[in-house]
Amino acid sequence: MTHTRSAKRNEAIVVVDSGGANLASLDYALERLGVRACVTTDAAIISSADRVLLPGVGNAAAIMSRLEELTLTPVIRALSAPVLGICLGMQLLFEHSAEGDTSGLGLLPGRIERMAATPGRSVPHMGWNTLKIERDDPLLHGLSNDDWFYFVHGYYAPASASSVIATVEHGEPYAAVVRHRNFCGVQFHPERSGQSGARLLANFMTANT
Amino acid sequence: MLARRIIPCLDVRDGQVVKGVRFRDHRVVGDILELAARYRDEGADELVFYDITASPEGRSVDRTWVARVARVLDIPFCVAGGIRSVADAEAILNAGAEKISVNSPALENPSLIDALAHRFGSQCVVVGIDSETAVEGYRVHQYTGDPNRARDAGRSTLAWLTEAQDRGAGEIVLNCMASDGVRRGYDIEQLARMRAACRVPLVASGGAGAPSHFIDVFKAANVDAALAASVFHSGNIVIRELKTALRAAGVEIRP
Repeated sequence: MTHTRSAKRNEAIVVVDSGGANLASLDYALERLGVRACVTTDAAIISSADRVLLPGVGNAAAIMSRLEELTLTPVIRALSAPVLGICLGMQLLFEHSAEGDTSGLGLLPGRIERMAATPGRSVPHMGWNTLKIERDDPLLHGLSNDDWFYFVHGYYAPASASSVIATVEHGEPYAAVVRHRNFCGVQFHPERSGQSGARLLANFMTANT
Repeated sequence: MLARRIIPCLDVRDGQVVKGVRFRDHRVVGDILELAARYRDEGADELVFYDITASPEGRSVDRTWVARVARVLDIPFCVAGGIRSVADAEAILNAGAEKISVNSPALENPSLIDALAHRFGSQCVVVGIDSETAVEGYRVHQYTGDPNRARDAGRSTLAWLTEAQDRGAGEIVLNCMASDGVRRGYDIEQLARMRAACRVPLVASGGAGAPSHFIDVFKAANVDAALAASVFHSGNIVIRELKTALRAAGVEIRP
């Protein structure tokens, strides 16, 4: 299938076509929730959406330069609708990433660092893990520290970041769920995290913040 | 804490799940969507689809099933078999797979690993290694799917594993050929030795026959995941029961 703008798709729910390879799995996860999202790079559609999802797979510097070439960075920064960054999309909400030494969108304070492999800890952090929820958030409604989510990442946002809502432990704690105003992000892949991931996406679709 | 993963591997030919003895006499065992959904419901953490469809002369293999699987699965899956280029990988990832796995083509052209990691990120790139026990150490074999072409690849397993991760592999699946198909347990000695050199996630493959084999491989070889095929397909091991046994043994596992 192709991921282009389609008249049949709901332009209120937008997935930013950040150029990563697996936009399809997010699109299908939304489809399972009955949401036909619009996958687009069109600034006008993104600006007028009710919900904006920012996925990202690949390399931080490559995706930031794509967003800049498409002049989407000011568009995303100016959004007042709820925004959900997923995996690398979450990391791009921060000020800077060590992956390719690139500036991020700067919507959340903090810097993305590289995870070091140590004996007994494989990198990337790949597989299912649980959260430690630090504070309540509508995004985590109905979810608890017993829910499992699928993570795949070799860079991380620090657990000490002011935006942290939940952390994940892999040798040491990292940011797993973050929020500042309408901008939130998850380090894991809700689209591949079974029922728990579906619940999180449904929360994002219905929460008022 | 990160859970250890249980990964059933399904052989796919022409879009259907097949079973055969050592790549011969394959017969269809089921519909790919039904089997994928069944393993998901039983608690599989991830699935690997090994596409054994022979590539017709000059034509690409029909992989429309990948998108159909991606539509129904809400757990990650990897596609292996016949991926020879960045374009092959891109088509599979764009259809909704999380990862692609390369084996013999990476041995023919190691820079394929660099190209895949550069284009898609290491987390998408799995390198499968077929490793045979030799008089001294372990040797990589290639073309193991075809009895007429199978041969020593001219590399030691340790050297190839190290090179693959340095080139950008995000995960290694080590298929220990001496124990494969025998169901007497994973090759703990070899896996533990490779674990010591492997910084990225390491998946054990070959030899699973009983729940205790999974407990052993996680505890003694410290692998991140264990892959198996026939014991799951035959129903000899039910994933739910396996996971209960693993938890009882103190192995971190997703229920």
